[in-house]
Amino acid sequence: MTGQTSRQASPQSSPHRAYTNIVRAEKLSVSFGKVQALTDIDLAIGRNEIVGLIGDNGAGKSTLIKALTGVVRPSAGRLYVRDQPVDLGRYSVRRAHGFRFETVYQEKSLGEKQPLWRNFFAGRQIVNRLGFINVREQRRIANEILQSHLGFRGLGIDANSTVSNLSGGERQGIAIGRAMHFDADLIILDEPTTALAINEVRKVLDFVRWIKESGRAAIYIEHNLAHVHALADRLVVLDRGRIVADIRPHEMDLEELTRFLIALQQPAAGAAA
Amino acid sequence: MSGARANPARPPGPRSLPPVLTGGRLEGLPIILVFFALIGLFIAFAPRVFLRWPIYDSFLVTIPPLLILSLGLTLVIAAGEIDLSFPAVIQFSGFLFAFCSLHLAAPWLGLVAALAGGALVGFVNGVLVAMVGVPSIIITIGTSFFWSGVATVLCGGLSYALSDLENTPIANIFAGTLFFVPAEAWWALGIAVLAWFVLNRHRFGEHLLFIGDSQAVAGVLGINVMRERIKLFTLMGVIAGFASFLLTIQNLNYFATQGQGMLLSALAGVFIGGSSVFGGAATVVGTVFGALIIGMLDAGIVATGVAGFWVEVIVGLVFIVAVVLHIGIENPARLKQLRRRFAARE
Repeated sequence: MTGQTSRQASPQSSPHRAYTNIVRAEKLSVSFGKVQALTDIDLAIGRNEIVGLIGDNGAGKSTLIKALTGVVRPSAGRLYVRDQPVDLGRYSVRRAHGFRFETVYQEKSLGEKQPLWRNFFAGRQIVNRLGFINVREQRRIANEILQSHLGFRGLGIDANSTVSNLSGGERQGIAIGRAMHFDADLIILDEPTTALAINEVRKVLDFVRWIKESGRAAIYIEHNLAHVHALADRLVVLDRGRIVADIRPHEMDLEELTRFLIALQQPAAGAAA
Repeated sequence: MSGARANPARPPGPRSLPPVLTGGRLEGLPIILVFFALIGLFIAFAPRVFLRWPIYDSFLVTIPPLLILSLGLTLVIAAGEIDLSFPAVIQFSGFLFAFCSLHLAAPWLGLVAALAGGALVGFVNGVLVAMVGVPSIIITIGTSFFWSGVATVLCGGLSYALSDLENTPIANIFAGTLFFVPAEAWWALGIAVLAWFVLNRHRFGEHLLFIGDSQAVAGVLGINVMRERIKLFTLMGVIAGFASFLLTIQNLNYFATQGQGMLLSALAGVFIGGSSVFGGAATVVGTVFGALIIGMLDAGIVATGVAGFWVEVIVGLVFIVAVVLHIGIENPARLKQLRRRFAARE
C-alpha cells in the first residue's frame, strides 16, 4: 500500500454539497420472513468519522452494513445519504456505488475463478453502447491499481491473475485497491483482519488510518477489540438486532468494554435457562 | 483515480510472469488436439470414407443443431445452472413452426413462433429458478415433461410432412448451401462467434461467470442476479427454439418425438469441451470442438468397421476421460491429491 500518502479528497471527488453525515439510518428495521434481524436502528456516520461496529455473531452487524449498501432491503425505517433522503424501494448496490460507498469484505467480494481485471470492475464495467467490455482499458487500470496503490509488483500478480491464487492478505489488498480506485467517501470494512498474517494486519490498519487522514468515513466491523478501540472515533455495540451502546473510546477503556460485552451475554443465558 | 498518479515517476514494471502462465494460453487447446487426433484415427482406419468430402458435408448438416444447443448450454453452465428442458423445446417449437407452415402457409411466422415458444419455456424456467428458488436441475425436469406433453397433445402424436417448403427462400437460407458449405454450418458458426463474444466480452457474460462463481459475491458486487438468471434461461429457450426450427426445416418433417436423445449429447459436448462442472468458467471454443467430437463419433466409429453397438461405449469413455482431464487442468491440486492416494496404496 504505497498510496498511504495522506491526500485530501480531490476536488472532483465530492460533487455533492457540504454535508454533516455521509449516511444516517432512522428507525431502520430488517426482517427475513419472521426473523427480525434489525430493530429500530438509529445511526449516523459523520463525513470523516471511523465508526467501529461490534457485537457477537448474529447481533446484526453484517445485516446492518448490507442494508446500508443496498444488498438487503430494509422492511421499515428511513435512510439518508449526505443528509438527503433515499428511496429505499429503489435502493441497490448500484446506487450505493453511485454514492461512493465501497465495501471491503474478505470472503464475499471477489469472484474466485475470475481474473483481477474483471474483479475490479464487476457490476460497473467499462462498456461501449452495446454492453461490450473494454478489456484493454480494464486491464490497464487494474495493473495501475496493483502497482501504484498496492505495490504488488514483483509478487507475480497482474491483471490476469485469478483470485483463487491469492492469499487472504492479497485478496484484502485487491478489495482495498478497488475502494481506493473508485474514490469512496464511505468505506465499509467487514472483519478485514480475520485470518491474516501479522504484517498483513498492519497493512489493513494502515489503510484504516489512511481513510481517516484523507477525509473519508468508515464503518469498521472487527472482532479484535484492541484494533477497533485504538482506531475508531466511535464504537457502536449491537446486540440481537438493536444498538445497545454508542460511545467514544475514551469513555470506556478496553477492559471495561470487554466486561460490558460479556455482561450482554448474561441475560441471554438466563432467559435460555 | 487521483492516487494512481501519486507516483508518476514510477515506470510501468515488467510483467513478472510470462503470458503463457497468466491465461494467455490458446482457449480449448487440449480438446482441439483431441479433435484432430480423432480425425487422424478415422483417416487411418477408414481412409476411403474420411479422405473424401461427402462425410464432412453430412457432418456439417447433422452437427449444427446439436452444436447450437451446446452453445446455449455453455452459457447456462457458466452461470452454475443446468437446463434439461431443451429437448422439450425441440418438440414444442418444432410443432409451432410446422403448424404455421402447414396450416397457415406462413413459415416465417412459424420461425418467429418457434423462437417465441422457446422464449416462453425459458422464461418460465427462469422465473421458477430465480424468483421461486427451485434448483434448475429439478425444475427443468418438470417443465420438460410439461412442454413435451403440451407438444404431444397439440400435434396429436402425428408428424407433419413439410415437403412443400422445399426450395422456398426460408429453406434455402437456413438449410441450403453457401460457398459449398451447408447453410446450417454457417448459422452455427455465427452463433458460436456471438456466444464467444457474449461470454467473454459482454457485461451479460461476465455477470453469468460471477453468478456461477458465487451468487452471494455477485449480489454484493451489484449484479442483479435474479434478472440475469431469468434472461439466461429465456435466451437458452430461444436458442433451443432456433435449433428446433433448424432441425425441422432441414428434415422437411416434424416428428412428435424429435429432440429425444439430444439431451445427453448436447450436455456431453459442453463438458467434453472443458467448461467447468462447478460453474464460473466456461469455454465456447471447447464446446465447439466437444460438440464436433460427439457429432462425429457415431458415424466415424461405424465407418471404421467397429460394430455400431460399440458407439455408446466409446462415447462414454471419451466423455469420462475428457472430464477427468479437465478437472485436472482446472485444479491440479486435486489431481495431485488423487495420485498421492494411489501411490500410498501401492
